[in-house]
Amino acid sequence: MSSNAAIPDEDGPLYVSAKKVYPQRVKGRFRRIKWALLAFCLGIYYFLPFVRWDRGPALPDQAVLVDFERRRFYFFFIELWPQEVYYLTGLLILAAIVLFLMNAIAGRIWCGYLCPQTVWTDLFFAVERLIEGDRRDRIKLDAEGWSASKIGLKAAKHFVWLMIAWWTGGAWVLYFSDAPTLVKDLATFQAPFSAYLWIGILTATTYVFAGHMREQVCLYMCPWPRIQAALTDSDALNVTYKFDRGEPRASVKQAAQLKAAGQPAGDCVECKQCIAVCPTGIDIREGTQLGCIQCGLCIDACDDVMGKLGRPTGLIGYDTVKAVEARACGTSPPALRLVRPRTVLYAAIIAFVGGAMLYQLATRAFLNLAVVHERTPLFTTLKDGSIRNAYTLRIANKRSEERPIAITLDAPMGTTWEVAGAQQTADWRPIVIVPPDSTLDVRLFVTMPQPQARGPSQMIQIKAADLSFGENATVKDNFFAP
Amino acid sequence: MTNPNHTAHEPDFDAVTGQSTTGHSWDGIRELNTPLPRWWLWTFYITILWSIGYWLVYPAWPLISSHTTGLFGYSSRAAVALEVQALEQRRDQQAAGLKTASLEEIKASPELLRVALARGKASFAENCVGCHGQGGTGAPSYPNLTDDDWVWGGGLKDIQATIQNGIRWTQNADTRMGEMLAFGRQGMLKKDEIEQVVDFVRSLAKLEPAKGANLAAGKALYETNCASCHGEAGKGNREVGAPDLTDAIWLYGSSREAMIESVHNGRAGIMPAWASRLDPVTIKALTVYVHSLGGGQ
Ligand code: SF4
Ligand code: SF4
Repeated sequence: MSSNAAIPDEDGPLYVSAKKVYPQRVKGRFRRIKWALLAFCLGIYYFLPFVRWDRGPALPDQAVLVDFERRRFYFFFIELWPQEVYYLTGLLILAAIVLFLMNAIAGRIWCGYLCPQTVWTDLFFAVERLIEGDRRDRIKLDAEGWSASKIGLKAAKHFVWLMIAWWTGGAWVLYFSDAPTLVKDLATFQAPFSAYLWIGILTATTYVFAGHMREQVCLYMCPWPRIQAALTDSDALNVTYKFDRGEPRASVKQAAQLKAAGQPAGDCVECKQCIAVCPTGIDIREGTQLGCIQCGLCIDACDDVMGKLGRPTGLIGYDTVKAVEARACGTSPPALRLVRPRTVLYAAIIAFVGGAMLYQLATRAFLNLAVVHERTPLFTTLKDGSIRNAYTLRIANKRSEERPIAITLDAPMGTTWEVAGAQQTADWRPIVIVPPDSTLDVRLFVTMPQPQARGPSQMIQIKAADLSFGENATVKDNFFAP
Repeated sequence: MTNPNHTAHEPDFDAVTGQSTTGHSWDGIRELNTPLPRWWLWTFYITILWSIGYWLVYPAWPLISSHTTGLFGYSSRAAVALEVQALEQRRDQQAAGLKTASLEEIKASPELLRVALARGKASFAENCVGCHGQGGTGAPSYPNLTDDDWVWGGGLKDIQATIQNGIRWTQNADTRMGEMLAFGRQGMLKKDEIEQVVDFVRSLAKLEPAKGANLAAGKALYETNCASCHGEAGKGNREVGAPDLTDAIWLYGSSREAMIESVHNGRAGIMPAWASRLDPVTIKALTVYVHSLGGGQ
């Protein structure tokens, strides 16, 4: 077995001490894609809290804000209340299925390009390369004894890492409070302790995960590589070493000799550049494996080598197991099947869940009414023999304006009702004023004369009507009598 | 004693696994040296260090009669005491508002009302439910506080006075006084007269009188014996705590037997005066709470 295996294979020992990986600098198509995605993702992460979004004077104007204090979540034009966190379930389902779909189409796109662990590790690698030099210099530096210049280089690297980590933690807390204010408070040491604490925690995790644990997170901590193994199939594109073309490996000189002797020679020249650039330090030529996050950097490295040798590129590239095996048997590879039952099913689930969420979001009510019938007493007999029931109404006004809400009843003739502390309109409907973006609890007393008040109970309908917007919310509840 | 199956040798290299050995072998089986990942070990060591720090900072080790107190003398009991103190301080601030505001002002201010209702509810559960029941639903001979029938008045001021001074609570000079005499036991009415007067009262309340009852005789008896407190029309008198006899609410039950018993033995329910047990702010809060139960006038 190759000594490059990041994960011990079956025959080897179960535990190995972590081997430090020194990824080499690489240029090429996938590297460029990764830089672009890195800039894009980190740009969103670091600057999104500063984006403003006007919601009127009563509400915060931060585009994305998790407001724990007032128990609201704001995302641009969406505002969620705590009772709507079930949207999160939908989002999680969507996230899972999107991951599955990515996997069925082109392998671990998430791991290779988008996962925070990958993105920050990539950034930390870049810093390391900038300060300590490329692969060879770093191996040499680590091997040599401590000197002033080594201490200087290491200190500089860790300082920059810590600064990035600290900024990462700093950006995190900005999602939970008004960003500009919090930045000012943080700078003047006026911010709440929890803000500093979370910055500290996130600084530590970023520094440790991206600077020190790196590929170990993917290999030992993350569940996704295990799940991925169960999700991929022989039709899915994966970063693949095309052994049909690469084997048997031979240096340029050996290959020429072999060919001259009429023996086959592959295109892989055993330069090990693919291993040198790999951020998890594995050998892709051993096949698709748990340790491969499919970042595509070995493709760039190998293409570079092939280009220099004047051989066609793509010895390592996105390919399917079926295609490679077909070519190895000398048959022509089957066409890429992106539309398969698996991808169609995933896409259908995504469309369904996404559609249901959008529909729900578009049609959700901005006025909610919840009714709790008073249990003690269930009913009260009044002097004139009529029966009174008490209810607690919880009226939620999800708009950013104050709203007058009229309470009306659908109940037998002669029923009267009264809301504690409410004004009455001319036609005897009690009106309560619900402040913007909040809930109001009021007590409703409903009195039914005899003989309409039949025991043990009958249904009545309680309706909250917004006089200005014309929105309604109705709830059915019991009216109890002896 | 050494294990005869165990031999020790110099650690060497195992070619099959590419791994070094520990230098131990049992029955010729050599033990491989397979260390845990370094980060894992470090995490483990850090947790040990952490626990030592924890022992130093927090109370940790039991001693004979006490325990180590930790560097800063932290204890969860003291922490709770602090929290309770902070809570009480906050309550006092809220109570300050209740102290100066009148009952009407409390009713009118949503903020004060919220505080008063919360306090009143808690205090009610502690002091009142024993007789008046959860939510003030009452029980036979203990008035229901949610209805619109008030023996001593259902206005804010009336309720406050009742809570403060009690009913027939003789230790309190301002207590509410009034007596339903034991007409039968004290020989003021004979048995058949009691039945006559009860049947008349039942007719006032639109309850079924006994068959063939002499309502005219009952009326005459009522006017001489009862009307002075309960009024000509039986509407009662809150000054003396004489209940309304014409409504649907009967504190001691509306059966003919219960009413006969009331006239025969009299009734004199007692409510303690709370002024000596509860502070004025709590009484205000209780007043507002009881007033809000549905019957307040
Ligand atoms: S294995 Fe896990 S941590 Fe690593 S890149 Fe993939 S998702 Fe991210
Ligand atoms: S083998 Fe290639 S694709 Fe996989 S992690 Fe290494 S460099 Fe990236």
